[in-house]
Amino acid sequence: MRRRVAIGALAVIGAGLGWALAGLPSLGHSADRYHLDVVARTVSLRQTANAIAAVTFDFRGIDTLGEEFILFAAVLGVAVVLRTLRREQEELPVEDRFRPTATTELVRAVALLLMGPSVLVGLYVLAHGHLSPGGGFQGGVIVGSALVLAYAAAEYAEVEATHPGRRLEVAEALGAGGFAVIALLGLLIGHSLLENFLPYGANGELLSAGTLPLLNVVVGLAVGAGTVGILRGFFQQALALRERDPPTDPEEPSP
Amino acid sequence: MTALATASVVLVAAGATAVVLTRDRLGQAIVLAFYGLLVGLMFLVFQAPDVALSQIAVGAVVQPILVLLALDKLRRNRP
Repeated sequence: MRRRVAIGALAVIGAGLGWALAGLPSLGHSADRYHLDVVARTVSLRQTANAIAAVTFDFRGIDTLGEEFILFAAVLGVAVVLRTLRREQEELPVEDRFRPTATTELVRAVALLLMGPSVLVGLYVLAHGHLSPGGGFQGGVIVGSALVLAYAAAEYAEVEATHPGRRLEVAEALGAGGFAVIALLGLLIGHSLLENFLPYGANGELLSAGTLPLLNVVVGLAVGAGTVGILRGFFQQALALRERDPPTDPEEPSP
Repeated sequence: MTALATASVVLVAAGATAVVLTRDRLGQAIVLAFYGLLVGLMFLVFQAPDVALSQIAVGAVVQPILVLLALDKLRRNRP
């Protein structure tokens, strides 16, 4: 009975969705003019050809400010949920029946070789956000996931022995706080929050479009550090946390 | 819609079905990564390279890692 109700509800929702989709304009023909106006003006107004970067960081920069703090809150939430509980203890991973084979040398070598070029590609995508597709978020995630390759190239204990936590916190704070600082500088130097107060330069130059390269850098910092932070929490949960051994009773014979 | 766009949409639909029909949890994570790549390609075909880059970076790299680590943790806690 419940199954029939579920299928009926899904059919109604599917019919409504189909009716809504049929009413949309066809691919490539929008119903309003905003996109035409933006694309016609990005080069003349902001000296950048990447209309998406201009809209994300300049025309609608306030939305990106909110998104940065959403990511910050997500990293905070993961850190809180995945904290070490009192009934758990941290312990180096050992070979057991869940992990019968160690990481092979081939995987280690490939991870090590991929780390450097991947970080470079990520930094390129980040730096050229206002010139070519990409930007702070994309480059930041690439750099973050490239750094996480260290856990495949070396042992979890070795990577954690370098204490990356503090540096990641600083990078995350610089990223999120930096965005807010640049936004406030727009208010102090210019007339409004997130105003593009740096010189625009020439279209196609690396230093052009005012604050866009700077915003890409801070967004990349925040996103990269956030990605590594989230994945570190998951690695710790999967690899290093065990239930604390229950206190043994000396009277009882051990089984 | 051009033939390339139709083909990419059909591939995405097939990929989603494949993810759902894969029963093995570990295999499902791998198929999910490949599905993320297919969706990124679809975004590229529809002329959204920024979105495609984001999708590939998150959906084909970060998400499978999260899924696999969560699966490992669950398997460890329920021997």
